[in-house]
Amino acid sequence: MKFVAIKMLVGDRARYLGILMGLTFASLLITQQAAIFEGLMHRTFGFITDTGGPDIWVMDKKVLMIEDIKPLQETMLYRVRGVEGVDWAMPLYKGLLKARLENGGFQTCHVIGLDDATLVGGPGTMIEGRLEDLRRADSVILDIVGAEGKLARAATEKGGKAVPIKVGDTLELNDHRAIVVGICRTTRTFQSQPVIYTTYSRATQFAPQERKPLSFVLVKAKDGVDRLELCRKIEAATGLAAYTQKGFQDLTYSYFMKYTGIPINFGIAVLLGFIVGTAIAGQTFFNFTVDNIKYFAALKAMGARDSQLLGMILLQAMIVGAIGWGIGVGAASLFGLLLHDTELSFLLTWQLLTISGFAILVICTLSALISIRTVMRAEPAIVFKG
Amino acid sequence: MVETATEIAVSCVGVTKTYGEGQSQVTALRGIDLEVRQGELLMLVGPSGCGKTTLISVIAAILDHDAGEVRVFGEDLREMSSSRRTRFRGENIGFVFQQFNLIPTLTIAENVAVPLLIAGVRRSEAVRRGRALLDRVGIGDRWNTLPSKLSGGQQQRVAIARSLVHNPRLIVCDEPTSSLDHETGHKVMELMREVAAGADRALVVVTHDARIFEFADRIARMDDGRILSVTKGGPRPPDARERGTGPH
Repeated sequence: MKFVAIKMLVGDRARYLGILMGLTFASLLITQQAAIFEGLMHRTFGFITDTGGPDIWVMDKKVLMIEDIKPLQETMLYRVRGVEGVDWAMPLYKGLLKARLENGGFQTCHVIGLDDATLVGGPGTMIEGRLEDLRRADSVILDIVGAEGKLARAATEKGGKAVPIKVGDTLELNDHRAIVVGICRTTRTFQSQPVIYTTYSRATQFAPQERKPLSFVLVKAKDGVDRLELCRKIEAATGLAAYTQKGFQDLTYSYFMKYTGIPINFGIAVLLGFIVGTAIAGQTFFNFTVDNIKYFAALKAMGARDSQLLGMILLQAMIVGAIGWGIGVGAASLFGLLLHDTELSFLLTWQLLTISGFAILVICTLSALISIRTVMRAEPAIVFKG
Repeated sequence: MVETATEIAVSCVGVTKTYGEGQSQVTALRGIDLEVRQGELLMLVGPSGCGKTTLISVIAAILDHDAGEVRVFGEDLREMSSSRRTRFRGENIGFVFQQFNLIPTLTIAENVAVPLLIAGVRRSEAVRRGRALLDRVGIGDRWNTLPSKLSGGQQQRVAIARSLVHNPRLIVCDEPTSSLDHETGHKVMELMREVAAGADRALVVVTHDARIFEFADRIARMDDGRILSVTKGGPRPPDARERGTGPH
């Protein structure tokens, strides 16, 4: 009977394509919006991911996320270094400073100050120049997006393209001269502001004078030391908060989930996809069943068991579900691929594929349930009503 | 025509059936007593709304009756559970519908194979047997055609083949010729007698097409939910026109 079910389904081209369209649309919308949401949320902790090397981030207890800087006294660095199990601990400055643009305007930039000696926490990918060049006087490294975008110089001709900042150019950061010695690639940040790397001491010079300049302490655990255990030890010894790399990512992620409207906005779009998909697919599938009710009744009359008819409808629903989901996910992936090098945040994880697959499964099950009810209630005697 | 037919295929005693409740209640069958013998072709005739379709639905075990007893091949239908009745239909009864009810997206060979597929026969075997039946009804060469490509008469041939493919002992036909012109209807009935009728099989044909009465072994005339008379078939009864049982 599987074969009969499949031929009944695909043979009715108009309805088959209608159901597929509904499910594809739902799958596309759910997957695409969820992937954009996931991409956006990953940007919130992009800086943590980019900062390679440390196992543990130490910060003020009140810090809620990566952008929520609550400066520490520099002496905290030494207290952290004194905790048993710490291999090394380095300072990190992170702040928002204004860069003066050539046209007289200002652009707020993320300035990252790395430990002068080790440069721990530097960008993972250097496009031009070397990280070590930061040891030169007044040197900074810019991220490529900032260099080509918000920090780029005005076009020389009217209507022409902006000229990207390149190695050797100078910037003015908070009235201090900064020389660009390298261009790096970083994960786009949530705020999409340019990222400027320099040394810790130079960053604190660029920044307005503060009593507590230290933003974070980056810690490497000794081999064999449990990271969570070390976090607890650091917290006990310093009174600060300590998170593993993953723990700090989760903290930041949770903050945005809890305190911003982003999940609701995207949730509405995903829900809309689900509702519209259910409506289109459910209605079309139901119509398909109603149109075929006399054939189902004839099958009943000829001895088809309820379980066989149930199996037929479920099979039809699962087939359109699988194909619709596949096309929708494929289209969402293509969308992400085509816009890969743009501002668009798009991260399609296996978890999202599972969620969208589950959503489509629910839509198909709901659609099938309505149809199954109709078929089960159909009297086989209707076949004799010409 | 089968001359000697003694074993009872269908036995109805005092069968009643009512639809609806209260003031909208309609009594479709008012104590039907009827026997259909194995090997015979019995026609149920009568005006529209006389209860023919209800009776055939009860006999075919697709509609419950309210009172009385219906036995098909000795088995009391009311004693059967719903699932047993479904299985019983699949094993023992073949159907020919007025509107053919061929699944439009299946080829005609696949349509014929449907009762076998329901019974769990493998697809290739079912279709092979379906094609063999199509050969018998004279359209074997078109086995891979969709029903929509066939004429009404050809579609009814397919429906007859479908009703026979699982070798049922009872075939019920609902107005098999009403959608067909006289000549085609005649040919369909000839085919029915030729391939469907047999000593071990009973046929019950609901019709009010007087042109095909000659194919009946017996004719049960119904009106207002009752059997008025059961007469021998053969040439068209002279009183058919007066009784309103001719074609409308």
